[in-house]
Amino acid sequence: MLVASPLASCTKGGGGGNSDKPVLYVYNWGTFIDKSVNTIFEEEFGCTVMYETYDSNEAMYQKVKGSTSNYDVVFPSDYMVEKMVKEGMLAQIDKTKIPNFANIQTRLKGMDYDPTNTYSIPYFWGTVGILYNTTMVEEPVDSWEILWNEDYKGQIIMYDSQRDSLAVALKALGYSANTRSLEELKEAEEKLIAQKPLVMAYYTDIIVDMMIGEEAALSVVYSGDAIMAMEENEDLAYAVPMEGSNVWFDNVAILSTSKNKELAEEYINFLCRDDISMLNTEEVMYSTANKNVAEELQESDWAGNDTYFVPDNVLARCEVFLDLGEFVQEYANAWLRVKGQ
Amino acid sequence: MKTTRILGIPYYVWMAIFIVLPLVLMLVLSLQARGSDDWTLDNFKNFFASENGMYMRIISDSTVLAGYSTVLCLLIGYPVAYFVSKLPSRQSSFFLIMLVLPTWLNFLLRTYSWMNLLGKNGLINKFLVFFGLKPMNLLYNNGAILLGMVYNFLPFMVYPIYSVMAKIKPTFLEAARDLGASEFQAFWKITFPLTIPGIITGIMMVFMPAVSTFVIPELLGGGQRMYIGNLIQHQFLQSGDWNMGSAVSILMMAMILVAMFILNKFDATGDKEDALW
Amino acid sequence: MVKKLQNLYIYLVLVFLYAPILVLAVYSFNASKSNRVWGGFSLKWYVALFSDREIMSALYYTLMCAIAATVVSTIIGTISAIGMHALNDFPRIKAFALNINYLPVINPDIVTGISLMLVFSFASARMGFVTMLISHITFCVPYVVLSVLPKLNQMDKHLIEAAMDLGASPMFALRKIVLPEIYSGIVTGALLAFTLSIDDFVISFFNTGSGVSNLSIFIYSAARRGISPEVNALSTLMVLCVSILLVVANLRSGKEIASK
Repeated sequence: MLVASPLASCTKGGGGGNSDKPVLYVYNWGTFIDKSVNTIFEEEFGCTVMYETYDSNEAMYQKVKGSTSNYDVVFPSDYMVEKMVKEGMLAQIDKTKIPNFANIQTRLKGMDYDPTNTYSIPYFWGTVGILYNTTMVEEPVDSWEILWNEDYKGQIIMYDSQRDSLAVALKALGYSANTRSLEELKEAEEKLIAQKPLVMAYYTDIIVDMMIGEEAALSVVYSGDAIMAMEENEDLAYAVPMEGSNVWFDNVAILSTSKNKELAEEYINFLCRDDISMLNTEEVMYSTANKNVAEELQESDWAGNDTYFVPDNVLARCEVFLDLGEFVQEYANAWLRVKGQ
Repeated sequence: MKTTRILGIPYYVWMAIFIVLPLVLMLVLSLQARGSDDWTLDNFKNFFASENGMYMRIISDSTVLAGYSTVLCLLIGYPVAYFVSKLPSRQSSFFLIMLVLPTWLNFLLRTYSWMNLLGKNGLINKFLVFFGLKPMNLLYNNGAILLGMVYNFLPFMVYPIYSVMAKIKPTFLEAARDLGASEFQAFWKITFPLTIPGIITGIMMVFMPAVSTFVIPELLGGGQRMYIGNLIQHQFLQSGDWNMGSAVSILMMAMILVAMFILNKFDATGDKEDALW
Repeated sequence: MVKKLQNLYIYLVLVFLYAPILVLAVYSFNASKSNRVWGGFSLKWYVALFSDREIMSALYYTLMCAIAATVVSTIIGTISAIGMHALNDFPRIKAFALNINYLPVINPDIVTGISLMLVFSFASARMGFVTMLISHITFCVPYVVLSVLPKLNQMDKHLIEAAMDLGASPMFALRKIVLPEIYSGIVTGALLAFTLSIDDFVISFFNTGSGVSNLSIFIYSAARRGISPEVNALSTLMVLCVSILLVVANLRSGKEIASK
């Protein structure tokens, strides 16, 4: 089926790999890398990179768990790292092979989901907050409660995902976003149900587009996406509410089934290198975990951008998601009841 | 005819491996609790015992919505098939491909494009405002969901109807006209009954995917309500509960097959050979 | 007059179908990255498209898979429909086979996708192009069968018997009598199969691997940054190419008819 064609030559050997070069299978989020990075790695290390993308932690997890996949490198978020470690799906990374780990910002190392960074290295990170249109919202945006304000009925977009939306309600109530208390969760669920009549839509990916197009006044988004939206529409602004929020990390990790661990470690080290980090950061526009790149960007026209350079006091009031084990089922059911009402 | 009977055998084997076997795996999953190997009916019990009959309401909502979209597809699609079949053959094949060409483009792309057209601040409303008219609420409601379904499933209604229409012998109609029937009478007494097998196929091809679609209600409806496709998606991905997800999909399949069975029983004119059981 | 109204109706339906396509075609020339704000005219996305290794590779696999799945499922589907139709003396077996055939049509994509993945992983199959193709064939064949069967039912039952009485071999009867009768069903079945295959996301996602990706997987996983304008450019080119082919074919067959 795979006849030679001009297109086939771009695909670097189709399904099989047509030479003795080692092959590295990388499974990453969509649009989460500069397009030239894989080619540079191939040239420098004399290998072939087979690259595939996914659109959610959950889809990646089900696929890696359920199929006879041969991926080496994956990019799970915080709670997913913890879950995969518990299930023995991630390999320990030999830090002596990752000298560039020194380039990672110290304040981002040793987060609760992987306290020793044995299994994961931070790649991009950011906060969750409110993206709002300053022409439609006059009052200051500093609290989650604005999402329950009747004045904005039909102008609010909520994030359509169980952990993210429940975290908003839990934080608004002053609870932990990782709560294991059924009472607190019930309160959050009721708060979200009470909010339903005010909500215009529950979206994920398209929120950025919608906000740029001025479809809504307020929305819950990730800081990385907020930066992109603000680049396209000057009326947009971003705030992390005072009650606190979620801080998230997308990490790079190696699967325990990897057959090419050394090359995978080279790849991770390569991604942590300053020049490569810079390429990726300029393309992705999420907050980089690399301290040298962050410092260099402080000098650029992004200087003073609090959305991109999360200040320490904002970081201090944010919480990272933890894997809740079987208790996540309660979150799923609560969210189901919110959406199914 | 005996020799032609064996022609189906390779596909029966294919179906056994790639349709029946996966389904058996699903059935096994649906009869086990999450994370255990013991047999149980709990998943099904949970389904019927859900709070305020949430699951049942989700199923009935989805069925009603899919029903509406099927009827709309039929009402819009039948005339298309009829008019196209009356064109000279090279023109009709031109139009047939033109009809399906938009659906070759990525679904998400087309849906986002609709949102760009229909939004509060979308192109249609900008147009209205430009001419001093009042903007309309076109998105985030059931109307938008129906539009999305008709947009995506219309070819699945037009094609089967066209394909049976194309071979209706013009001599039948000429004979009817010779005997004094009006054009409408000829259509109603001859063309329409002959296209019923195509209509039934079209209804199935539209209704079935419409019941289980989830991206259309999620995006065009604003994700305000949950439909069965969203529910199954939620079970498999968000909760990671393959067991409950399997149970819901098996129940849905059973219900659709029963509905089809009843439909066929009542359909006296339908082709008995295509009946279910 | 009636003729004109009929054409008007078809054109109105076409306007409905092409309205969103027109919008994305316009935005493919947008200098801004957004699909909402107009940033001036630019051809840069068309240039960027061809140097984008990920999109080009995805396009290649999408087309290969859609063409292969269409050809294979049209052949299997047509042959099987003829076989099933011949089971009229055994209506129960026929009904049973047909009901199994309906299942992929009813099943939500995620169920088909995950359950097939389980089968492949059970067989320790290497995930990649072949597993993706098999899964596509599996959900395409039912639509071909459903398109061809009504045509067989419509066919005069005595036609084949008459031909064979006159000494035609079964293969000859099939080729010369049956196929022309069911031709429009085969064509519509093939078009539906192609349509389903080229646009599939969920089933492909769970049944591919080894660096094989299709356009839908690319677009869905890139969607969190909004639709990439390169994809708008690619889609515009696709519509243009097919339309030009259609018009050329239409003109040519028109000339042939005229010259005769």
